[in-house]
Order: sequence, then C-alpha cells, then structure tokens
Amino acid sequence: MPSLGADMEAGKLTEWLVKPGDTVKHGDIVAVVETQKGAIEIEVFEDGTVDSLLVQPGATVPVGTPLAEIRGPKEAAAAPAPAPKPAAPRPAAAPPAPSLAPAPVPAPAAPAPSRESRVSPAARKLAAEKGIDLAGIAGTGPGGSIVYVDVEAALRAAPASAPAPTVEKPAAGGIDLAAMRTAIAAAMARSKREIPHYYLEHSIDMTAAQDWLAKTNESRPPAERLLAGALLIRAVALALKRFPDFNGFYEDGRFRSSAAIHVGVAIAIRGGGLVAPAIHNTNTLAVDEVMAKLRDLTARVRAGRFRGSELSDPTITISSLGERGVEALYAVIYPPQVAILGMGKVVERPWIVDGEIRARAVLTATLSADHRVSDGHKGALLLREIDALLQKPEAL
Amino acid sequence: MTKDEIKAVVLEELGNIAPEVDAGLADAAGDLREEFDIDSMDFLNLVTALHERLGVDIPETDYPQLFTLNDAVTYLAARA
Repeated sequence: MPSLGADMEAGKLTEWLVKPGDTVKHGDIVAVVETQKGAIEIEVFEDGTVDSLLVQPGATVPVGTPLAEIRGPKEAAAAPAPAPKPAAPRPAAAPPAPSLAPAPVPAPAAPAPSRESRVSPAARKLAAEKGIDLAGIAGTGPGGSIVYVDVEAALRAAPASAPAPTVEKPAAGGIDLAAMRTAIAAAMARSKREIPHYYLEHSIDMTAAQDWLAKTNESRPPAERLLAGALLIRAVALALKRFPDFNGFYEDGRFRSSAAIHVGVAIAIRGGGLVAPAIHNTNTLAVDEVMAKLRDLTARVRAGRFRGSELSDPTITISSLGERGVEALYAVIYPPQVAILGMGKVVERPWIVDGEIRARAVLTATLSADHRVSDGHKGALLLREIDALLQKPEAL
Repeated sequence: MTKDEIKAVVLEELGNIAPEVDAGLADAAGDLREEFDIDSMDFLNLVTALHERLGVDIPETDYPQLFTLNDAVTYLAARA
C-alpha cells in the first residue's frame, strides 16, 4: 500500500486491474485504492509477471503492506517468489500507528477478477451516470480492463437519441469532497504545527514572458497553445537545480534533498478541495512538454483519475490563485515537502524601465519555506533566479 | 449553422468542462468564466473543442470577444 500523502496511514484496495499470470511493465496501472483524496490508480515500478495478489478488494491495510508479488522477467516460474515490494518508491513519511491501523492480514491470493470487476471506479461511475452497459464495452486498460476513456468512447458511439438518465450530477469526478477536506485539514494542521514557515514576496515583470507567449501562440492551433503556467513551472524547475534546499523532504528529523525535481501543481477540484500532483522530472521537460503534462494532469484530476505516484512524489509545490483575482498568496507547505511557491494575478503596474515609468505586467510570486532547512537569504535568491529565468522565456 | 445550433454546441462543450454547472441558470450575458467557473486551462480546452467541432480558428487576440455566452455565439456564428 503506497503512501499517497503525509497523513495517510492506511488505504482501501477497491479493485485489481490485473490477475495472477498477467504481464505488467513499469508504469502500468494495476489496482485502484480508495483514499480520502478519492480513487487513486496504483502503478507498478518494474516489469514482470503478477505472481500473486496478497490483498483482497475491499480490505483496508496500512501503508507499506505488500499488495502483490511480481516476478521479474529473468526469474523462472518455479523460482521462489521475490520479497514483497510496496508499490510506492518512497516509504511513508511516518510509520502507521499500530493501534490505529488495522493489522495487515495475509489474505489468500484473490481469485482472478471477473470481467465485471475489471472496471476502474471512474469508468464505472461514468457508465452508471450515463446509463451505459459495461458489458458492451471493450476495455483498453491493463489486462483488458475498462477504463474511463473506454466509456467515453462508448458514449461518443452511442445514439444521440438515447434517453438521458436522471441521475445526480457528478461531484468533482466522483471525489468525496468531505473526506478530502478532512485530509487537507490534517495535512495543513500538521504543517502549521511542525514546520516553522517563513514567507517571502517578490514582484516579477512578466511582460517579456507574456509577449513571448502571445507571439508563440499566434501561429499555433488551440490544441498546441501554451499558458503562462507552463513557463512558471519550467522556470521553477530550472531554478531548483541551483537551489536544492527547497527540493526534497524533511523526514525523521532531517532534510533529504531530492535528486529528481518533481514539481507538484495545486489543481482545484470543482465543488471544493484540491490536489497537487507531480509533473515528474519537470526540469528535463521542454515547455511544450510541461504544458502537455499540465493539460493532461488537470483533465485527469477533474475527472477523478490520478495516479499514486503523482500524489506521493512532488518534491515542491506551486499554487496559483491569480485567475481568481488574488494578487499574492502565502501558501502552507505540504509536509514532508519543505517549500511551496504562490503565484498571484498578473496585473498592470507602473514600473521603472530605463529610468522611465512604464506600464508592465507584474506578477507577485511568494515563497513559503521551512526554516529548519533554509533561511530567507537563500529563499530570496531562489525567487530572484525564477525572475531572471522568466526574463528570457525563449531560453526556457 | 444557425445560432441556436452553435449555442447548443457551446453549451455541450461547457457541460463537458463544467458538468456541475446548470447551464439553464447561467446568465448568457454574464462573464463566461464566472458563470461557468472556468479558468484559463478550461477556457483553452473550450476554444480547442470549438475549433475542432466548428472549424473556427479563435486566435488569442480574439478571446475578449468571447467574454459572454452570447458574445461567443455571435462570434462563432459569423465564422462557422
């Protein structure tokens, strides 16, 4: 059971998307886990064959409990099963309290899931809402499982005259917003209780970035256009290469800088709540790739389809409320991360350029950082570096 | 296409982006972003969908002309 957040102690396995004997490869989605953040798709991080499923659908088990055994490609079928391996690459921030979490019950290998059970929750919900019979849908997910896009495809192919079922409208992709609020409350309370925040504010002249975006998008169809957010994410990722003290985790009384830069992006969920999934290896992606990832991530979050690694891996987070008119936000760090950047609204302001007062597009960027790890001087340098990178958007 | 047909397409795409919003309660003369609670990513997705369905190119410089639902329908009707 992977840790999908600092305050997650246990998770409920809702369904398997594979069965013993199935071949899996790195990145395949093999199971769905229900957490306070909704139904999370669980990936595997190695190639191999599913040897056995150790946890039955419906069981709630503590973080760290092996869910399945996977035999590597070089291991013979008769070889002993490898040691169980949690699906998450990073251990939980804190070990689950035995008194709170249910003991891991070594459940017998689950029977092969039936055709009906091999449907992702998001797909099942969409099908129910639209009155689509799952039996008539061919799955394209792992092991032929029916995933969200399969139901979408079936909907597009369905006759337009099909009567619309009278069902309640989905609440943010089927996400339980009350449970999510509880999770946010726990994480934010822990953050404010444990992390000595300090806050910095820095005004960035975004005129060059906006001009470059307008020129770049001028010749592009809508599907290939860029948003300013992609530039900001890219600039932050590049700046972090020079300032590793803001990229990593504070756990067990010490800071561990992360070699990889996985920028988490706070995405609001309709109806309330938010999640901040990672754009993996952000610093290695070109701006167009960052934009594509951001677009995909936003769509999936709002459809209630995000992956475990996207929730557990962010090494820093960016939050933006500029579109809601907020000029500056001072965000709360998501533990065990040690920093979060806030991006405000781009506003026209008088700005001195070459000794003259001119109207410029100005964004207020803020940094909330963990004083146990860094100090304001370094934080100021990080913000200044982000500013400098945004003055040359063509180089991002 | 008629204006009504275009409006139906726009509302359908808005429904895909903001399924929780009751289009019947939205003010067609109000700020589209406010009425449907959409951000820049949603708006870009809307423009992309309208481009694909109606074949109308909507350059960024024209975005202000799609300020309201009525504006958007008028803009698209002149070009579809």
